[in-house]
Amino acid sequence: MNYNWNWKVFWDMAADGTGTWGMTLFYGVLWSLAAALCAGIIAFLLGSALGVMRTTPHKWLVRFGNAYVELFRNIPLLVQLFLWFFVLPELLPKGLGDAMKQMPHPWASFVPAVIGLGLFTAARISEQVKAGILSLSRGQLMAGTALGLTLPQTYRFVLLPMAYRIILPPLTSETMNLIKNTSVALTIGLLELTAAARSLQEFTFQVFEAFTAATLIYIAVNLCVVTVMRWLERAVAVPGFIGPAAVGGGH
Amino acid sequence: MVDFDFDVIQRSIGYLFREGMTFTLTLTALAAAGGIILGTLLAMMRLSSYKWLSVPASAYVNLIRSIPLLLVIFWFYFLVPYIGAWIIGSPTPIKVGAFASSVITFTLFEAAYYSEIMRAGIQSISRGQIWAGYAIGLNYWQTMATVVLPQAFRNMVPILLTQTIILFQDTSLVYVLSITDFLGAASKVAQRDGRLVEMYIFAALVYFLVSFGLSQVVKRLQQKIAIIR
Repeated sequence: MNYNWNWKVFWDMAADGTGTWGMTLFYGVLWSLAAALCAGIIAFLLGSALGVMRTTPHKWLVRFGNAYVELFRNIPLLVQLFLWFFVLPELLPKGLGDAMKQMPHPWASFVPAVIGLGLFTAARISEQVKAGILSLSRGQLMAGTALGLTLPQTYRFVLLPMAYRIILPPLTSETMNLIKNTSVALTIGLLELTAAARSLQEFTFQVFEAFTAATLIYIAVNLCVVTVMRWLERAVAVPGFIGPAAVGGGH
Repeated sequence: MVDFDFDVIQRSIGYLFREGMTFTLTLTALAAAGGIILGTLLAMMRLSSYKWLSVPASAYVNLIRSIPLLLVIFWFYFLVPYIGAWIIGSPTPIKVGAFASSVITFTLFEAAYYSEIMRAGIQSISRGQIWAGYAIGLNYWQTMATVVLPQAFRNMVPILLTQTIILFQDTSLVYVLSITDFLGAASKVAQRDGRLVEMYIFAALVYFLVSFGLSQVVKRLQQKIAIIR
């Protein structure tokens, strides 16, 4: 085996001449996180709305929510990103389509990536939200209605506060999935972490250094997400319910 | 607005399915089979009481699950030739074809996900069954093969199949290695004929129909199993 290890490559000037390869990787992480954050906000809001719709007694809302989930879950993410990046600008009215294509460099791929990842993840979040609401006893909805709350009020003040707490652990793994999935956006030209490592590898041939660095950064990001979410779980835990707060007790 | 030319699909449909879909389905089948076998072994290692078995297995599973599939694809694409050279003692990295490389990658990657499913499956079997197996004189492998694993597989069949549908969708990512899988074939035709809109919509439709169809089958199966219990 003759492979020339060169860990100093991260301090070498990058091919684009604006900084070191280390900086390229750092900007890669920032783009990954920025895309994940923007897509995450879309996914959380839309996913919550869809999840709620699928638990309401209104037949058409349930059907719409189910159809959305089936549509976005059964097409590969890569194909969805291609649809947003290549196909959507052609289908829009000419002026708008051209405006999408002519956005300055990172935005032309960042915007479709965020839309694609957001709508894709929304389908998965809606599954969690639905499962969270359905895991509550039916008595909660009845009690809310009996108190004279309207259906939206029951959701807002009774069902959702508990449902969100219940689904925090699966939402943690969805967050990590979302961060990992931002790597797919490299196919439409977003220079996120995996793409940055790939370009380091292509220009310097230091394959294993590049991918080791990217791997370690992904692990570090994962650990941060887990830590933040654990903290959040403890911070919002309701005393008396099975949750992180109950672990220390044991009476 | 462009004028559509759905004729391009008719012209290329033979190529798309003979070359592309065949590759996608073969890769899915091989990786699913290899992944389930390797994943089951990993699950058994993780549940082992020997630290030297459980620690490496859980380290592997956690590592693979915390990095994106695309990075894993790149890793193995470059790593496999070196590992191959190391195994056969060759001084230079050996040549590994795109197909072999992607089968190895997806098998090793999906094994981590299948192993979590199989671990849940094995843990769903009551401990009494294992003790009963030992009590009638079976050894570890016999207990596993004849008592625990058949039931674990049966309980987990719907989830294993759902993971396989995800694997089927994930294989589209071999696009980054310029391999002619179904999406790769569609993308090659799209670029050659300048028909991105038609080809990508068609590709999305085909992926949707296959995945949706299979997920309906899994749903049926789930209900069937639920009735028998």
